[in-house]
Amino acid sequence: MVARSSAARHQTPQGESAARGAARAAAELDRLIHERVRLGIVSALAGVDRLSFNELKSLLKVSDGNLSVHARKLEEADYISCAKSFDGRIPKTEYRLTAAGRRALERYLDHMEALIRATR
Amino acid sequence: MASPQPLADRALDNLSYIRRTMERAGSFTAVPGWGQVGIGVTALGASALAARQTSVLNWLVTWLAEAIVALAIGGWTMVRKARAANDSLLSGPGRRFGLSFLPPLIVGGLLTVALYFGGDRRLIPAVWLLLYGTGVVAGGAFSVPVVPVMGLGFLLLGSAALFAPGAAEWLLAAGFGGLHIVFGLWIARRYGG
Repeated sequence: MVARSSAARHQTPQGESAARGAARAAAELDRLIHERVRLGIVSALAGVDRLSFNELKSLLKVSDGNLSVHARKLEEADYISCAKSFDGRIPKTEYRLTAAGRRALERYLDHMEALIRATR
Repeated sequence: MASPQPLADRALDNLSYIRRTMERAGSFTAVPGWGQVGIGVTALGASALAARQTSVLNWLVTWLAEAIVALAIGGWTMVRKARAANDSLLSGPGRRFGLSFLPPLIVGGLLTVALYFGGDRRLIPAVWLLLYGTGVVAGGAFSVPVVPVMGLGFLLLGSAALFAPGAAEWLLAAGFGGLHIVFGLWIARRYGG
């Protein structure tokens, strides 16, 4: 921490500007999808039409409870939609990315790129 | 104020995570790699056996027996792979693959009957390779990119068999044997068995 503060004191004006730009970009992040599991859900759904609960769970290697909690938060924000049906007698939950969710991911990607640009 | 470099590193890491997740989400395939290797091995055996037959009927029966064995291997390994991924074959990628893959196979069966009883029997290998390739390309549209590439391989071999019927035995062995083994190994190693 001391070394980091010292490094910050010795930054050039360009370095300070880069730090401010990076900090600003970081502050504008969509915290809802910044969390790893939620970012994983949104990213996975961006690449396909829809994914079942089990496919997402296997893909992201998370527990049922963990996935449920994070998926519900994304649903509440209208970033993903959820459809429940029956495959024979087995209940099936499928998720899709909404237009709002896709825009949120695009904004997030823009922010990540802005962060990287700001430090160059 | 924190140095911006760790922020940039985290941003790069996040971008990399997004890309990897998107790739993995799109890369689930119900196509069983090891099943294909098994089908390829039995097809090579069938090819060697069929080449020794002196009548067209015996040749056809040899390959039809191989088709039944291949269907059994493919079906069994597909069910196993779907179960391992907690996925249902009757929904999702497996269903989409089946609905696209099966129609060309049924057409291939009908054309085989028609060619055997009243057409040019030398065209049968080309019809098999071309329609199997069509099924794999169509089904592969819902799967990982390597699957339609394998289908294109069958289409190339089928085209060759169409214009060079004399090389049909080798082309059948190269397709149903070679392509299945090579692409099966690739799928098994890259896409979970």
